[in-house]
Amino acid sequence: MKATNIADPNYFHKVVDCQWACPAHTPVPDYIRLIAEERYTEAYMLNWDSNVFPGILGRTCDRPCEPACRRVRTEEKPVAICRLKRVAADHKGDISAYMPRVPKKKNGKRICLMGAGPASLAVARDLLPFGYEIDMFDRDPAGGGMMRSQIPAFRLPADVLEEEVDLILDMGVNAHFGYEITSMKQMLDMDYDAYFVGTGAPRGRDLDLPGRQEVDDHISIGIDWLSSVAFGHTSSISGKVIVMGGGNTAMDCCRTSKRLGAERVTVVVRSAFDVMKASEWEKEDAMSEGIPIINNRPPKEFLHDNGKLTGIVFECVKPIPDGKGRYRYEPTGEPDVVMECDHVLMAIGQENHCPWVERDAGIEFDKWDCPILDEDTLQSSHPKVFFGGDSALGPENIIWASAHAHKAAISIHLMCQGKDIKQDRPPEGVNLISQKMGIHQWSYDAEHDASKRFIVPHANKRKALDNIKIEVELGFDARLGLKEAQRCLNCDVQTVFTEKLCIECDACVDICPMDCITFTDNAEEGELRAALTAPAENDEQDLYVSESLTTGRVMVKDEDVCLHCGLCAERCPTHAWDMQKSVIHVPQLGSYATR
Amino acid sequence: MTYVVKPRVRHPLLPINELGLTRRDYEGAVSTLCAGCGHDSVSAAIVQACAELALPPHKFAKVSGIGCSSKTPSYFLSHSHGFNAVHGRMPSVATGANLANRELYCIGVSGDGDSASIGIGQFAHIVRRRINMLYIVDNNGTYGLTKGQFSATNDKGSTSKKGVPNLYEPIDLVSMALQIGASFVARSFSGDKRQLVPLIQAGLVHKGFAFIDVISPCVAFNNHNGSTKSYDYVRDHSERLVSADYIAAGEEITVDYESGSLEDVAMPDGSTLRLRKLEEDYDPRDRVQALTHVQRAAEAGEVVTGLLYVDPDAADCHDALGTPAAPLNSLDESALCPGAAALEGVNAQLQ
Repeated sequence: MKATNIADPNYFHKVVDCQWACPAHTPVPDYIRLIAEERYTEAYMLNWDSNVFPGILGRTCDRPCEPACRRVRTEEKPVAICRLKRVAADHKGDISAYMPRVPKKKNGKRICLMGAGPASLAVARDLLPFGYEIDMFDRDPAGGGMMRSQIPAFRLPADVLEEEVDLILDMGVNAHFGYEITSMKQMLDMDYDAYFVGTGAPRGRDLDLPGRQEVDDHISIGIDWLSSVAFGHTSSISGKVIVMGGGNTAMDCCRTSKRLGAERVTVVVRSAFDVMKASEWEKEDAMSEGIPIINNRPPKEFLHDNGKLTGIVFECVKPIPDGKGRYRYEPTGEPDVVMECDHVLMAIGQENHCPWVERDAGIEFDKWDCPILDEDTLQSSHPKVFFGGDSALGPENIIWASAHAHKAAISIHLMCQGKDIKQDRPPEGVNLISQKMGIHQWSYDAEHDASKRFIVPHANKRKALDNIKIEVELGFDARLGLKEAQRCLNCDVQTVFTEKLCIECDACVDICPMDCITFTDNAEEGELRAALTAPAENDEQDLYVSESLTTGRVMVKDEDVCLHCGLCAERCPTHAWDMQKSVIHVPQLGSYATR
Repeated sequence: MTYVVKPRVRHPLLPINELGLTRRDYEGAVSTLCAGCGHDSVSAAIVQACAELALPPHKFAKVSGIGCSSKTPSYFLSHSHGFNAVHGRMPSVATGANLANRELYCIGVSGDGDSASIGIGQFAHIVRRRINMLYIVDNNGTYGLTKGQFSATNDKGSTSKKGVPNLYEPIDLVSMALQIGASFVARSFSGDKRQLVPLIQAGLVHKGFAFIDVISPCVAFNNHNGSTKSYDYVRDHSERLVSADYIAAGEEITVDYESGSLEDVAMPDGSTLRLRKLEEDYDPRDRVQALTHVQRAAEAGEVVTGLLYVDPDAADCHDALGTPAAPLNSLDESALCPGAAALEGVNAQLQ
């Protein structure tokens, strides 16, 4: 194998699995260390800088970082990264001194943001410090988009939401709420310097089955219903409720129904339990509230008595694994089942849908009715119009909206400054900073903490089910937060190897608790992976290969299960190994981390 | 001295031996020797060898004297018996331990100071008594613990860290062992575990006195350009004479095609030592030839490594003394106190 190029920012970035998996590339170990030092405000700001909504995400994020956490591979459960983010948000102090300053004198460029959800808000935050004038339009009476309308208050309290939304609006956004956009052409006529479409995926899917039209009064589309609950138009639901669908919206619908007075709530899913789209913990929370989830039941027909819904007919199927990790479904041969119900909440998916964009406005759409975008710039075929969040690539989650927003803000800024939005984008970078402070002193806590993942305390269940506004998860208190923070392996403190210093004494090989390091003859990657002290079977994790050493051998380190405990550097007599913190520069306008 | 505690977590795919243990279960405390010390690699090699042989750690007696080398039994096999003896007196303790309990695997770790200076008398006599043990000398040619004076194994003409040459002839423990009766003699290098681990395995199962002289560089005081016991010097001047692969009893003996002529030696426990001779007419069972070869190589400034001599059928001290077949602590009253008739028999012999 060729020697690893550690100057490539992606090499060490990939080693920080959580940061690599995060769409916004939040520097996770860095903020966890700040929490461990009880520097909550700084931890919060580091988050705010890259993902914009730490308090909201600390409660609602889909957590792509957690399955990626190295701890899953070395032990079992990942660090509770998401809940630690919340710890930073819950315990932070006054952040006003850290906020970027917004110039009074504007730079003369006007930007139109459509939608007031996470994507638009994040674009506004990135652009405002550069003197842009920002107009934001949304049909809802308040900002926040789906964070306000679709996430129930027992998961995301209103004050948390409002604090983070207002933080951005107060930077000087000209908000036009209650403004229903009906025509893109009309907006383009307003002659802004750039447009950003962040209107989300606001159309919930429906199901056209026999009887659907007749029972229309008894069927609600999940996200619309949640929204009417959020804005106080709906405050109760009665009788037997069936929620159809297996995603997070379905979980929110069933738990909200339970709180609004439903006599019985059941979730029915057409597919198997383990392939449901809902996050593991959302399913757990719903079930622990006594809501049954019934799987492998595709619906066939709505039954009614003169327009009054009486029940739904479901087919019984069973999942057959296809060997590729997916299922196909076969009828079990059992007779169809009828489930009685008075109300149905349909949560079977959403679409990004922009009926208000005229198809001759210069913005091209593909055959799935999604805008055609440049992946790097998020620019549509209309040079002034950019898309981000769910409206760009279909329903994802809030953290993706932040990531898109950073990209789009760079594009808008470059365009407004007359630069090339593709060629002139700022590059990614990496800085490596030695953590050695003395002979046996490291500036990070190298000791491995073998604790199991700590459990987040929940509110009293009876009380929580009585009131939709009572937050179910209480979050870690400071003490539990500190304990959980200790579980982080500090994967951003990298093992950096300098060939010319190595005397091949094997000290690092002997001490490494995880058998990551091998000195061996060089070979092709496959051969090398099999020849290491411990086999390197996880192909997704890179091998760190050195240049040729004095004996002609090479040093090969399998990054897979390295604990970043620093023992290799500690036992190295010549300082050929060093522990160096990698600071990854993810391109972002005016980033706090790189300022 | 390392303060970071070595985590107990292990690689999920680390091999588990027949006892259900991984290599990590054979480790000891984290070393307090200087970072990069060759002795730590020797400890790691012992750990690996014992784990691969699936020997029960509680069936070991590890003994040592004084010096950097003699600290190392703390750093391997933490679940075994150990005795840290007076300087140079490890052989007496080892002799006693082995005579009392012949079922224990006895590993002695000593250094060039402990065995070639203060303890040379004890060394000579444990060799000639052929105590059934593995005796390892971590040989770095220097008194590291007292900051780098020449030891008795330091080659004449090699220099100290500050450039002062050594004036005296070295004691070669390998030649001594060959001359006075060791039935297994090897030399290796701490930086070459592929050679060292099988040698340790063979030495452990060998019946009789097995001696391995391991050149183990002292990174702090004797790893410089004027040294003949530095990592670089040994790598440049070592001649691998006979390599030995340990093949456990019942394990399939596979054919390989590397150069050198092969000879399989049956060991008393049913295992096999596969010797690969890189010099066609070298016979590792010929003691005199081994002695000559080692001496000639030393004259040429070469370091001969590998299994230099083995006599798998040699008698050990227990054979010579006709001791009971079981450990002394397992003998019951009737064996220890055979009665008046037996006493009369003994007395009759003496009249």
